[in-house]
Amino acid sequence: MSHAFLEIEGLSKRYLAANHGEGLTVFEHINFGIEKGEFVCVIGHSGCGKSTILNVLAGLDDASDGVVIMNGKEVAGPSLDRGVIFQNYSLLPWLSAMKNVAFGVQARWPTWSKDKLHEHSLKYLDLVGLKDAAHRKPSELSGGMRQRVSIARAFATQPQLLLMDEPFGALDALTRGVIQEELIKIWSESKQTVFMITHDVDEAILLSDRVLLMTNGPYARIAESVKISIPRPRNRNSIIHDPGYYKIRNHLVDFLVSRSKELSGAAGEEVRETTFVDPAIEDDDPLETDKALAKTGS
Amino acid sequence: MLKSLNTRAALLSVGLLMLTLGVWEVSVQVPEKKEAMSEYEMLMGGADQEARVPPPSDIISLALEELGDPFYDAGPNDKGIGIQLGYSIYRVIAGFLAAAAIAIPIGFVVGMSPLMYKALNPFIQVLRPISPLAWMPLALFVIKDSEASAIFVIFICSIWPMLINTAFGVANVRMDWVNVARTHELSPMRTALTVILPAAAPTILTGMRISIGIAWLVIVAAEMLVGGTGIGYYVWNEWNNLDLASVIFSILMIGLVGMLLDLMLSAASRFVQYQE
Ligand SMILES: Nc1ncnc2c1ncn2[C@@H]1O[C@H](COP(=O)(O)OP(=O)(O)OP(=O)(O)O)[C@@H](O)[C@H]1O
Ligand SMILES: [Mg+2]
Repeated sequence: MSHAFLEIEGLSKRYLAANHGEGLTVFEHINFGIEKGEFVCVIGHSGCGKSTILNVLAGLDDASDGVVIMNGKEVAGPSLDRGVIFQNYSLLPWLSAMKNVAFGVQARWPTWSKDKLHEHSLKYLDLVGLKDAAHRKPSELSGGMRQRVSIARAFATQPQLLLMDEPFGALDALTRGVIQEELIKIWSESKQTVFMITHDVDEAILLSDRVLLMTNGPYARIAESVKISIPRPRNRNSIIHDPGYYKIRNHLVDFLVSRSKELSGAAGEEVRETTFVDPAIEDDDPLETDKALAKTGS
Repeated sequence: MLKSLNTRAALLSVGLLMLTLGVWEVSVQVPEKKEAMSEYEMLMGGADQEARVPPPSDIISLALEELGDPFYDAGPNDKGIGIQLGYSIYRVIAGFLAAAAIAIPIGFVVGMSPLMYKALNPFIQVLRPISPLAWMPLALFVIKDSEASAIFVIFICSIWPMLINTAFGVANVRMDWVNVARTHELSPMRTALTVILPAAAPTILTGMRISIGIAWLVIVAAEMLVGGTGIGYYVWNEWNNLDLASVIFSILMIGLVGMLLDLMLSAASRFVQYQE
């Protein structure tokens, strides 16, 4: 048994029946690991339980079964070691951008002097290009700027694991592209371990080392772990010229379109292993999909 | 455009005031021919000017006189309007602050804990609809002091809006913000002070504003009951003296002070207001 930095073992989430209806098993037998410094994205259809997994990792929600182990210790409850970036930014609207970042920094290092606090917070605001908007309240910032503040807040606290739930879901494509590039920049400097949920296949390819593919719920599971072998540094323009790009992209899209449904689990089923795939080094076999199916079907 | 709207509104206000005062002034003039006295008028000592509503001009001249020396004190039944209002304001503020000191912490607990909410809700629901004046006899009996009883009545009537608004504001703080506090490992106390309090502050301030409005309504009635000092007692005393000009003057002063109290809290609530 390997010991990854973060290990998720046998995670499941069940909701009990509200009024003598049937209960709901959102997902079952979720097993995966994340290495230190790895950037992992999760893709799956709406409602399969991605946010639930993320909230369990954050310690904000409890799983029905299974454990999350980080650095050899079981995760119980929220902690500053696991920073969270929410889809709706979750900035405190009565604080300025600067104070929102400082809020996190002060929670992390309560003994720091005011000057040090200020300096550190400003450094991270500067990293996301918001030094000049430091004094503005969130309501005076655009959606993209708000998400940048929340990224600055999360990175400023230097958590061991960063959790992001569709951080760019509410942004327009242009803004998203810009912030993705900023995220790559900050991430490559800090080598933070990141677990991120996204709906956007291109975003996943651009950002991650590995993409976890979740089948549809209920009884959702992680069917595949797809390696993104495109070398870094990556950027949106050059990445599409990489020979592996379209193979990876087709593999992911194909999963979302057909396999996510075909591979979805059912009640009382035996545990099925996650398949590890690297689409870029596979040959251009048109039956690639079937092979993947055959592998998992055993 | 906005400026001209404001000016136009101000002009219209002044116009309406003038019109009202003018109609009032004219309509209360003594008629030429003497009518037969009604039974009531005979009882009241004849249908002379005193039995009529005084014209605005009388009230204005009285107001100038009273406001020229608002703090004179010539014995228990003859004090300046400033002194009387001062007593009332003091009672309202004392009762209101005592209520805030209790209602806001309890509201916090009720808002944060579903258990406390369920446990305290029946008491709140029963106690809240009781007219504050209904407490007066009990207060007088227990406290044995009319001054303190009046303050107690203000206390009891201000407590509910603040308690309920605080509980509501605290219970409805966005889960996202609470989660921010949780992921930053804030202690419950720090969470309450740095996240929940600022988030709920506008709602709490609204409750305080409602409370002080009710307190100002109730103090007049309370002082009419207990007597001695205060603007409520003053109104009642002037009515007993059949000094209607003074009655109308003090009614206006009650309105003005009430408005000032409300303005103070609305300024405070602008201070804690935030935009999502
Ligand atoms: N309190 C609840 N009671 C019953 N079912 C719930 C409850 N909360 C969530 N669910 C179910 O859990 C499932 C997973 O929800 P989750 O928010 O994790 O999905 P998601 O994959 O993040 O979806 P999306 O991509 O739309 O954000 C959903 O099908 C939802 O219906
Ligand atoms: Mg979600």
